[in-house]
Amino acid sequence: MVDKLPPKERTKIPRQTMPEQDACESAHNFREVNLGLDEAIAQRESQRCLTCADPKCTHGCPVGVQIREVVDLVREGEYLSAAAKLREDNVLPAVTGRVCPQENQCEGACVLARRFNSLAIGYIERFVADYERETGQVGLPERAPSTGKKVAIVGSGPAGLSCAGDLALKGHEVTVFEALHEIGGVLIYGIPEFRLPKEIVRQEVNNMRAMGIDFQTNVVIGKTVTIDELFAEEGYDAVFIATGAGLPKFMNIPGEELAGVYSANEFLTRVNLMKAYDRDRYDSPIYDCRDRNVAIIGGGNTAMDSVRSALRLGAKNAYIIYRRSQQEMPARGEEVHHAKDEGVQFMNLHNPLEFLGNEDGNLTGVKLIKMELGEADESGRRKPVPIEGSEFVMPIDVAVVAIGTGANPLVQSTTPDMATNKWGYIVADDETLRTNKRGVFAGGDIVSGAATVILAMGAGRTAARSMHEYLETGQW
Amino acid sequence: MFPIKESRFLSEDVKLFRVQTPRIARKRQAGQFVIVRIHEHGERIPLTIADSDVDDGTITIIVQGIGKTTRLLNELEAGDAILDVVGPLGGPSEVKDFGTVVVIGGGVGTAIAYPTAVAMKQAGNHVITIVGARDRSLLILEDEVRATSDELYLMTDDGSYGEQGFVTQKLQSLIDQGRTIDHVLAIGPIPMMQAVAEVTRPHQIPTIVSLNPIMVDGTGMCGGCRVYVGGQCKFACVDGPEFDAHQVDFTNLIQRNQMYRQREQESLEQFEQDPTHDL
Ligand SMILES: Cc1cc2nc3c(=O)[nH]c(=O)nc-3n(C[C@H](O)[C@H](O)[C@H](O)COP(=O)(O)OP(=O)(O)OC[C@H]3O[C@@H](n4cnc5c(N)ncnc54)[C@H](O)[C@@H]3O)c2cc1C
Ligand SMILES: Cc1cc2nc3c(=O)[nH]c(=O)nc-3n(C[C@H](O)[C@H](O)[C@H](O)COP(=O)(O)OP(=O)(O)OC[C@H]3O[C@@H](n4cnc5c(N)ncnc54)[C@H](O)[C@@H]3O)c2cc1C
Ligand code: SF4
Ligand code: SF4
Ligand code: FES
Repeated sequence: MVDKLPPKERTKIPRQTMPEQDACESAHNFREVNLGLDEAIAQRESQRCLTCADPKCTHGCPVGVQIREVVDLVREGEYLSAAAKLREDNVLPAVTGRVCPQENQCEGACVLARRFNSLAIGYIERFVADYERETGQVGLPERAPSTGKKVAIVGSGPAGLSCAGDLALKGHEVTVFEALHEIGGVLIYGIPEFRLPKEIVRQEVNNMRAMGIDFQTNVVIGKTVTIDELFAEEGYDAVFIATGAGLPKFMNIPGEELAGVYSANEFLTRVNLMKAYDRDRYDSPIYDCRDRNVAIIGGGNTAMDSVRSALRLGAKNAYIIYRRSQQEMPARGEEVHHAKDEGVQFMNLHNPLEFLGNEDGNLTGVKLIKMELGEADESGRRKPVPIEGSEFVMPIDVAVVAIGTGANPLVQSTTPDMATNKWGYIVADDETLRTNKRGVFAGGDIVSGAATVILAMGAGRTAARSMHEYLETGQW
Repeated sequence: MFPIKESRFLSEDVKLFRVQTPRIARKRQAGQFVIVRIHEHGERIPLTIADSDVDDGTITIIVQGIGKTTRLLNELEAGDAILDVVGPLGGPSEVKDFGTVVVIGGGVGTAIAYPTAVAMKQAGNHVITIVGARDRSLLILEDEVRATSDELYLMTDDGSYGEQGFVTQKLQSLIDQGRTIDHVLAIGPIPMMQAVAEVTRPHQIPTIVSLNPIMVDGTGMCGGCRVYVGGQCKFACVDGPEFDAHQVDFTNLIQRNQMYRQREQESLEQFEQDPTHDL
């Protein structure tokens, strides 16, 4: 245990850095880049916390993790208690510690951020969760006695998983239905191994299995069974829809049909879910990126994940083509920084007009136009406008379109009495996450549009609370 | 795991399986497919549901062993199980009483067209079936197809059985005879479907083809299965797999299906050298 330092001393300690793989090396393998803190670093970082009476950090966290208390416990060396404290609000701490956009959330709100560097809350969270997992002492909470109620969760991303966990604790019988052959949603098929090892997700899912949750893969709700059939034929009392925002968007520019043009969803699914990077052992192929020029269109986390995957698949040149400037990039700062270190070439303020191909229908290049920033648009970001006459052609062999995703209509179209908005997302009450259909709740990306892991988890927990209430009272 | 209840070869490299999948058996309609994965390191491949039995909860799939995954699948027997089977995917065939319907099946396409032929017959159509194959040994489902057709024409490229010639020649001769044809469904190799489209186009006979682009998830999530129909991008796994033959960009479909040719060849060669590698 370490004594508490006076505040002035605490602010003198520099923010600790995360040990990471050397960029020259990490750019060529799929192992995790960030290596995690050791105890000494975690202790030193925890010393920096000012133990605020009104911890702003907690207000910045979408699920209100009791950060001050967690950090106190870390400082005292009580890592397992810290983990338990963390789990009171956050069911996937090993995941969020790695992928939350902390700079806009907990760390952005931390008082230290104003004059010094914010506390490295994400790193500490990850340290605690890893400690718990690696020492094999995950404290699974006690389950309430069975209520005899059956709940179906549709989709096994962070929203579905957190809802399932909370409802199981309340004593309900929970089944999670997943369309793919593996559980985890974007955590499994989207976010790559080098940022979030799949083993972590699998262990969390195994913990949930141990809690008695039934996971059924290979079930596409809307196709294999409909929502109405879950109630009428399979006897479920309530349903939570957490199907994510998985419909890929294309740009609808000429040449998008060429072989070599991928959606980010397909590119990342082949790499992550189907393990195309391990070509000697796995059968799903990916377009050979070795010694090729690969361009990713977009500036979000998905684009960063795709471009860094392309590098690891052996790309000679890996480009980000983004129509705004660095400042407007929605990706986490850390990912952009890693991408740069690893050798990704950023072509900001460029927009593709057309993909070009040869007579065999293979991609050979992209025609780009330069952009400049004009007036601010509705989102407050300055709108990119093309610079006339600045078109040029860049040779590329593979392109990945990562410009966002929309709502997959499979569930909605087979549940016509459930309200959706004009973009096809499900309409759910902000507070209760009830849809207009009795017994049906919805949350995560399928309600909010593509957002973040922690917001999806928060939605799952909110839904669990209000579903529990509905199951107890029967009142809609 | 989805247990295999029955399996038998229909021809040298075409095998029929009955697989226990109660939910899918209950739900499926003619024209829909499943996606299967047979081992932990395997790929996901689409296969049409040829038939189903709601009572014993099974679906029938018919598989032509052309590459590594389908060959590996065809080594499984009753008593084995398939790791993942998901479905029923895709939209069902449009089935109604059109009048006279010509169903054309080429190679294993016959298995894919068969369930729709049955449904067309049940809907009251006069069903003319034209089945084509390279030679006699590759003809499958002859008895089943005969039982559901009002007229059946068997065509082989080498004349080793039925009539010698291509399915399009038979279709052309029916048209030339002045037969009224209200609807054509053609399923088989892409060049065959393209040729059928060109035969019916001048006569404006509504013609449907079932497209076979490369798929991954089968739920509209990846966009890998996109095909171009009437200049528009469609996802075959959810918007299809059946489309208006006169609108389909077949050239693009052929090109996109070549994307992994080299890798597929390598896998097949490795597999032929060491067939037990993945099992
Ligand atoms: C590449 C990528 C990188 C990202 N990086 C970050 C990051 O660093 N930090 C961050 O906070 N967020 C990140 N995000 C966003 C974050 O992953 C999502 O906001 C979050 O996963 C949404 O969770 P969800 O539970 O709503 O849906 P999802 O995670 O999308 O899960 C939905 C699940 O439902 C299944 N499903 C869909 N339809 C059906 C059906 N009909 N029947 C059965 N199952 C169905 C899907 O297969 C899927 O498994 C990233 C997203 C992507 C794509
Ligand atoms: C909707 C649909 C229904 C189908 N129904 C049947 C059926 O009932 N019986 C049958 O024998 N075959 C069917 N096929 C074709 C079958 O999926 C392919 O033969 C199989 O994927 C080949 O895999 P492979 O590893 O054995 O061969 P490979 O050597 O990998 O591939 C050979 C060729 O098959 C195609 N192919 C490869 N991988 C895929 C994939 N993941 N998805 C789609 N096509 C692929 C490509 O054109 C490729 O060039 C269907 C395809 C589609 C799209
Ligand atoms: S869940 Fe995310 S936002 Fe909340 S404390 Fe943890 S890292 Fe910060
Ligand atoms: S706001 Fe920052 S300094 Fe204050 S308690 Fe939270 S983490 Fe510690
Ligand atoms: S197979 Fe992925 S969208 Fe059709």
